[in-house]
Amino acid sequence: MKNILNRIPWLGLMSILAGLLAWWLVARYSGLPRFILPSPLDVRTSLIKALGNGTLLYHTCITLMEIVLGMLAGVAFATVVGYMLAKSRTLEKILSPYLVASQAIPIVAIAPLLVIWLGGGILSKVLICALIVFFPVLVNTVVGVRAVPAALYDLMNSVRATKLQILLKLEIPASMPILLGGLRIGVTLSVIGAVVGELVNAKQGLGYLLQLGDFQYDTSMVYVAVFALILLALGLYGIVAWVERKVLVWQEKK
Amino acid sequence: MPHTPILSVNNLSVVFPDNNGGLRALDDISFEVHPREFICFLGPSGSGKTTLLRILASLLPPTSGQVNFIRNEHPEIGMVFQQANLMPWRSVMENIKLPLELQGMDAASERVKAQELVDLVGLNGFEESWPRELSGGMAQRVAIARALIHDPDLLLLDEPFGSLDAITRERMWTELSRIWQVRQKTVIMVTHSINESLFLADRVLVLTQRPGKIKLDVEVDLPRPRKDDIRYTPHFGKLARKLREAIE
Ligand SMILES: Nc1ncnc2c1ncn2[C@@H]1O[C@H](COP(=O)(O)OP(=O)(O)OP(=O)(O)O)[C@@H](O)[C@H]1O
Ligand SMILES: [Mg+2]
Repeated sequence: MKNILNRIPWLGLMSILAGLLAWWLVARYSGLPRFILPSPLDVRTSLIKALGNGTLLYHTCITLMEIVLGMLAGVAFATVVGYMLAKSRTLEKILSPYLVASQAIPIVAIAPLLVIWLGGGILSKVLICALIVFFPVLVNTVVGVRAVPAALYDLMNSVRATKLQILLKLEIPASMPILLGGLRIGVTLSVIGAVVGELVNAKQGLGYLLQLGDFQYDTSMVYVAVFALILLALGLYGIVAWVERKVLVWQEKK
Repeated sequence: MPHTPILSVNNLSVVFPDNNGGLRALDDISFEVHPREFICFLGPSGSGKTTLLRILASLLPPTSGQVNFIRNEHPEIGMVFQQANLMPWRSVMENIKLPLELQGMDAASERVKAQELVDLVGLNGFEESWPRELSGGMAQRVAIARALIHDPDLLLLDEPFGSLDAITRERMWTELSRIWQVRQKTVIMVTHSINESLFLADRVLVLTQRPGKIKLDVEVDLPRPRKDDIRYTPHFGKLARKLREAIE
């Protein structure tokens, strides 16, 4: 029992409660209109409504799906291209102008273009997410594969490992720490990507919900959508961090 | 000893590219190795001993000259590197098992064999430890176990006992002699220790300062099995002196 009590982050909870109280006080006594600063109680009402009729869950699932599909596509493509780049300096020289240029274009700026090309459905958002995770994962794959110690290649070659065995038993596990670092950056970015895509044009998703609230001067709905996004980003980040801890148990605890 | 060698090295030279005409590490090395022979290489630091082992393991191509494996063109090799060279993401047991895994042995036999080698190198109780939790000497013993597990034809050992304490080192000498005799292996070992080479080897080759050339090639005709007190015999002393003089 004592153990459980100790594990509850009391200070964190107190700080959140204090924050809510301060928010409530400001909303109550500052005289700001509701469509600018709704009180926590209004947001709670909106939240209960959005939960009750299933809209919140529905839009969250849509956004989550866009992010997951986008990340899968982006990570798969980035690791394959990254591996090839790590292995071939020539290929790196050929492709690097495109890669650097692609990085110079802010994805937010071409999001409308992608939506025009691919329509307002989820495909355009999936692509935006994929593009946004692509680069950090690519860079980390290249760095990770290049960081595999030469001595371990010697070891694998001394027992005549095949190329595939070297990939599976050396290169993948050895580059895992750096690769997962890239994924951790990518996952937060892809939440942004999905929302940007939805803000441009969408009929569903948390970005759409946010915009809907905005158009209808239903500010507490905007707050609900924002909090859902924060929780979504935290949850995804938490999953990646958890996978990292599981996969990298062999590392020194930091 | 049979007269056909299993390995012959002819006029081997290695030059590493650098900014002024290349760094010559080995210069015109020739020697033969017979089946089941135990050969030690002695030589000052930088004389190209590690480079030679890397060539023999086909990890590095010679700049000129040939390395020919005569009976079996691609012998199974077990190599112990100068550094333990373990995979940090694998436990002790998993590191030892690696060569068997690459050969596709079934998990149960892998485990039995790996346990045998854990016993051999005295790492019981550390099977599930991570490499970062081991001392230098323990890590080196894992590397030795890993080099032996797939029963290789040729053992290439690069100062394998350098980081062990005296007692463990001498136990490993005895074990290595035993393995070498029972399993009929050919061993090529690099060492800095004259005693070690005289306890273990049939033949000791001494390399010169860089670029490494073979300066001396002596038969160690001491009777086997060699016990600790052999070092007090006059013949051992004579050989030791000869080697010491060759090394400078
Ligand atoms: N990959 C490499 N690239 C360039 N130079 C190298 C390389 N490997 C070794 N050398 C050089 O070749 C020479 C011989 O190195 P080597 O490692 O074979 O020496 P060694 O006899 O094993 O020395 P030690 O006893 O200190 O281990 C050294 O001068 C070293 O700097
Ligand atoms: Mg060396």
